[in-house]
Amino acid sequence: MRPALCVNCKTERALIKRPKNHEKLCKACFIAVFEDEVHHTITSSRLFSPGEKVAIGASGGKDSTVLASVLKTLNERHNYGLELVLLSIDEGIKGYRDDSLETVKRNAVQYEMPLKVVGYDELYGGEDQVVETIGKKGNCTYCGVFRRQALDRGAKMLGIKHVVTGHNADDVAETVLMNLLRGDLARLSRSTSIVTGDSRSEVKRSKPLKYSYEKEIVLYAHHKKLDYFSTECIYSPEAFRGSARGLIKQLERVRPTAILDIVRSGEDMARLVPGESKPSCACKGQAPGALASAEDDIGGCGSQNGRTPGNEMAAMDKRLRENEAHEGLEIDVAKAMSESKTGSERQRELPIRGGHGDSKPRQVLGNCKRCGYMSSQDICQACMLLEGLNKNRAQIQI
Amino acid sequence: MSDATEVATIPITVDFSGGLEMLFDNQRRHSVALPAAQTSGKPANIAFLIDYLCKNLMKDPRSDLFVLDGHIRPGILVLINDADWELEGEEAYEIQPRDNILFVSTLHGG
Ligand SMILES: [Zn+2]
Repeated sequence: MRPALCVNCKTERALIKRPKNHEKLCKACFIAVFEDEVHHTITSSRLFSPGEKVAIGASGGKDSTVLASVLKTLNERHNYGLELVLLSIDEGIKGYRDDSLETVKRNAVQYEMPLKVVGYDELYGGEDQVVETIGKKGNCTYCGVFRRQALDRGAKMLGIKHVVTGHNADDVAETVLMNLLRGDLARLSRSTSIVTGDSRSEVKRSKPLKYSYEKEIVLYAHHKKLDYFSTECIYSPEAFRGSARGLIKQLERVRPTAILDIVRSGEDMARLVPGESKPSCACKGQAPGALASAEDDIGGCGSQNGRTPGNEMAAMDKRLRENEAHEGLEIDVAKAMSESKTGSERQRELPIRGGHGDSKPRQVLGNCKRCGYMSSQDICQACMLLEGLNKNRAQIQI
Repeated sequence: MSDATEVATIPITVDFSGGLEMLFDNQRRHSVALPAAQTSGKPANIAFLIDYLCKNLMKDPRSDLFVLDGHIRPGILVLINDADWELEGEEAYEIQPRDNILFVSTLHGG
């Protein structure tokens, strides 16, 4: 078979077949297109402002490493004027994450970015047992809740109001699918916005790689020879998330466009939800618009092996879910930002149910009575998880 | 599996990354002398290589992390001499001497 030529430059051998449009590209053209699309997402959703300090949630894994590399490149190429910092969370588990942290440290040198490592002991008061228990018992649910809080708190320590994470199109599609299968359109809607955050904490979170395929992220890292670390996460995802992830990967195999199609469908459905924001990018067609993704449900650690968890985790997940159904920690910043939108497109008023069919009034944000972190509950998610862990441990000890 | 001395082989290198190296003795690069022909007599292709790797090179019992239902697990990318295998005919690609085949998982760690 004669090697195919790049459809862009028409001179080099094509090495990449893009999942979103089947375009065959050479290495150099692929890298350029990948970066241009992230730039488009950033500018069309007005993600950054000049002079802004931005913390990159860095794990040493492929997604956050690619994010750091691309942001550095774009910041210099397009003069964003950003002050970029790597922010890493150390769970404090001996042996685990050591290599990841080493990778982040190397990244800090490679990308000439300052690095801040925040330890769980620092955040949760040096309760060694607690830290250890989180590590040993955890699954993605724990990972997600704790790391999200930890990133927020770490950013605050640095006086930074914007945290970017490496969540990609596959992650968003997975979340859309999960909320769709739960019949939770309200959360589906929030899970599609590119910017989420909390007005109280004043830390905004965003996902510049929201439209980037996981496959292309891995290929970008490969062809740019980026230094990243892959480990099998010791946290197993809940069965439901594992299944959703498996399904998405299988769909991609038969129909590669499916992943972005799910993301777009999620965004379209989000527009049907009363009071939700409209996309800030009006692009249609091949360039992905910078529309709205929330973190609610986006997996904590990004390692998806689809293992079957124990019932205990399912029960914990259910409790969390019920907790989150109160419209908990997440408040959509994008919503506030797009208040001045034009009403050209009339929204259909649909009766939207929460995930559990009940319509509890939206709760007022307060502070957790244990740790003081902002929470719509008396006890925040992290403290609830800790309580659950302690109960389990007590039972085991008997 | 009889008389390996008479079997013609193709020298290739096989790389594993993205976490897959864990299944192959924690080693990223392997030099492999692949039988040039399948038992059916057809030339060795990628499908044959995958089966060969499972039977001869994998040190880990969790073969389902590499292969599902007889095919490469969705989410694992295959690069043939740095090109996406989708450009090369996927499982049907006939392996050539000194080819480099890279298997990289997208499934591990964010
Ligand atoms: Zn080209």
